[in-house]
Amino acid sequence: MHHMTTAYRWFQRLNYVFLTVLALLCLFPIVNILAISFSSSEAVEAGRVTLWPVEFTLSSYRYMLDNNLFLGSFATSGLRVVLGVTVNLIFTVLVAYPLSKEAVTFRSRTVYAWIFVFTMLFSGGLIPGYLVVKEAGLLDSIWALVLPGAVPIFNVLLMLNFFRGLPKELEEAAWMDGAGHLRTLWSVYLPVSLPSIATVTLFSLVGHWNAWFDGMIYMRSPEHYPLATYLQSMLQRANVSNDMVTLEQAQLLSQISDRTTQASQIFLSIVPILAIYPFLQRYFVHGLVVGSVKG
Amino acid sequence: MHFKPKQFLRNIPLHLMILPALVLVIIFSYIPMAGLIIAFQDFSPIAGFKQMNWSGLENFHYLFDIPGFKQVVWNTVFISVMKIIAGLTVPVIAALLLNEVRVGGFKRTIQTVIYMPHFFSWVILAGIIVDVLSPSSGLVNMVLKAFGMQPIQFLAENSWFPYVLVITDQWKEFGFGTIIYLAALTSIDTSLYEAAVIDGAGRWKQTWHITLPGIRPIMILMLTLSLGNVLNGGFDQVFNLYNPLVYESGDILDTMIYRIGMQDAQYSVSTALGLIKSVVSFVFIGLGYYLAYRFAKYRIF
Repeated sequence: MHHMTTAYRWFQRLNYVFLTVLALLCLFPIVNILAISFSSSEAVEAGRVTLWPVEFTLSSYRYMLDNNLFLGSFATSGLRVVLGVTVNLIFTVLVAYPLSKEAVTFRSRTVYAWIFVFTMLFSGGLIPGYLVVKEAGLLDSIWALVLPGAVPIFNVLLMLNFFRGLPKELEEAAWMDGAGHLRTLWSVYLPVSLPSIATVTLFSLVGHWNAWFDGMIYMRSPEHYPLATYLQSMLQRANVSNDMVTLEQAQLLSQISDRTTQASQIFLSIVPILAIYPFLQRYFVHGLVVGSVKG
Repeated sequence: MHFKPKQFLRNIPLHLMILPALVLVIIFSYIPMAGLIIAFQDFSPIAGFKQMNWSGLENFHYLFDIPGFKQVVWNTVFISVMKIIAGLTVPVIAALLLNEVRVGGFKRTIQTVIYMPHFFSWVILAGIIVDVLSPSSGLVNMVLKAFGMQPIQFLAENSWFPYVLVITDQWKEFGFGTIIYLAALTSIDTSLYEAAVIDGAGRWKQTWHITLPGIRPIMILMLTLSLGNVLNGGFDQVFNLYNPLVYESGDILDTMIYRIGMQDAQYSVSTALGLIKSVVSFVFIGLGYYLAYRFAKYRIF
């Protein structure tokens, strides 16, 4: 403000330094992984790599391009994202529109809304959910990764709150022109909802790209793993391993595993997220603020 | 209310829009809820649902007799309560500090960077954390060694593991948490600050008497909504970071449910534990939403 005291000026300087350090802490591991992936195995094992590649080499990336399991899982994840996001988006809009109507005009609204919201509050849990997917014959199918989460309730709530904020005149004008519900949704609501649609699309995109657990329990053969599940199984096998008995064995295991290969695969898996990050930042913030501080 | 045929006809498309989603939710959410009954059976994966062997509360007795069961419950609550407390303080402090920054470009850059870890999965972050905390070549221990200290087995020592969970959880999420508080800070009436300056209040007094009370409603809302997480220790994080050496301090309900169910194939016992978790969580989530509604006028829909 106008007259800064000396103490406040010092606080300001410290604040800038502190925030910079904080940001570097968030950034460091990613830079570290990138540096490791371009370094030689020997340099990495000797602990000589921090922020910059040592003994620069592309060998880990070359090795990875011959790794069919990695490439296959990348493709599976791509397919999963396309199918999953499309299905999520269709159901988000189709459910949010009717639920955004007033209870006076659409009486069943409240009942439907509670049926959907209840699934956020209570769940059958791991085994019953697994058994349903299994009985439905979906094991080892990409649909096991798409259908159980096909209706993203959180996104529906976000969308329906947005729809409710639209002026009533929009809908009334559409009805005057003789448009039905589907037409109103398609040509009146959707065109003005693009920022919200972008938000929920990104939500489900990141969700599908990062999801690993469903792949692990629903896919029986590793050839069907999505990327996140493939990485999970690779890292679990390599790092302080789950089936180890002593510390010495754990250390031995982590020494023989090739950290440069791991690093390059980790890095490639976050490239898509980094690529859409500018949009993520813009619309996630929008969605989160709309979704949480709306009242 | 009496039946209105015209309204009914007009609403048919609305029902049809909901129908497909309703079917999917019934299959993948409500049928599993009904499937919770296997908690009271001796369910065999081979015999399937055709053969029902009721076993009463046997699975629950079996669970409570597992040595270390109480420890797992304690771990879960301890880890999640610490995470809730950290999640309420760290982002607020970060938001307050960011709010003091007057250089717009600097502020935006910091924000961009601190949001980032939120978008990476725990699989990736665990890979990075294992690397950074490695006793032999990890960066943290290299720093410790440089100061003449002994390397610490952060992921293999029970005295460290829960705190590693809380700290790495904040590392991933605090930036994202600041979004809401920064939004709340911008909505505080600036004339309050001007009045305070005239009254001779310094920055610290302004923060204490205007800023903090201004974001208190949001803090209360976040607290109530986080109540539902009391039994969520954070499965993704724990599962990707833990190992048998730290089960004693890091094993949580969800990882136990997974091991009993998927690794030991004891479907009924696992479901019994899942049922306990679901019911208790339901009470806490319900309580959270009720309090949020009472104190912050928050409504889910």
